[in-house]
Amino acid sequence: MTQKKLSNRKSQTLTKKPTKMEQQIEDSELVRDYISGDEKSLEILITRHNQRITSFIYSKVLDRDITEDIFQDTFIKVIKTLKKGTYSEEGKFLPWVMRIAHNLIIDHFRKNKRMPKFEGNDDFNIFSVIGDDKLNAEKQIIKNQIDSDLRGLIEELPDDQKEVLLMRIYKDMSFKEISENTGVSINTALGRMRYALINLRKIIEKNNIVLTN
Amino acid sequence: MEKIYSEHKDECTLVRSGRNTIGFLLNYSQSLHVVAYKDLKFENNLN
Repeated sequence: MTQKKLSNRKSQTLTKKPTKMEQQIEDSELVRDYISGDEKSLEILITRHNQRITSFIYSKVLDRDITEDIFQDTFIKVIKTLKKGTYSEEGKFLPWVMRIAHNLIIDHFRKNKRMPKFEGNDDFNIFSVIGDDKLNAEKQIIKNQIDSDLRGLIEELPDDQKEVLLMRIYKDMSFKEISENTGVSINTALGRMRYALINLRKIIEKNNIVLTN
Repeated sequence: MEKIYSEHKDECTLVRSGRNTIGFLLNYSQSLHVVAYKDLKFENNLN
């Protein structure tokens, strides 16, 4: 087939969907034509492999704009290599282009030092790993309610027990410090704390109070 | 925090690059001339 005939065939098929005739022209033949100066061949090559290469890039980067950028850079490399005449006919054209695209995708992620956008699915939810320690509004209200109920119950205790319990739990003092502050021995303080807890449990049981979240 | 390289499951969308991108590439291809001098190759972009 002469060069002229081939060019005519190509120009007929460019504007519409690739016809059978166009599909028959091998990639390697188009690459040869392009190297020898036929710009139309490049258009056929790009149009023919557009979807496969673009979809491949998109499946990795998940962003339309970045996909087009990488697609463009890929073909700039292809054009440069072909025009410089450093393309070797050893492999096939498409795998070679895919490899270039693949390397550019890796470069993109290295350069940006960030991972693809993460979206949780049913199997794994990102928020189970990076959860917020704070309680949600409902649980916070329940917790406040329990705290205030407990305060009320503590008020029911005898003064000496209440004093020790407040110092131990709310002021976070040691029994040594409590004994120094109240002027009683450590053992007495320990005993009062024990009785304070026993009495609290008794009050709770007696009144059927539920103090759980 | 550990890095999570989870892949998106159902990502097989077929997409195509736009006309502008292809147009740019074809123009770029037409404007690029490589001049060889001895062992060196120079790229000229004649816009």
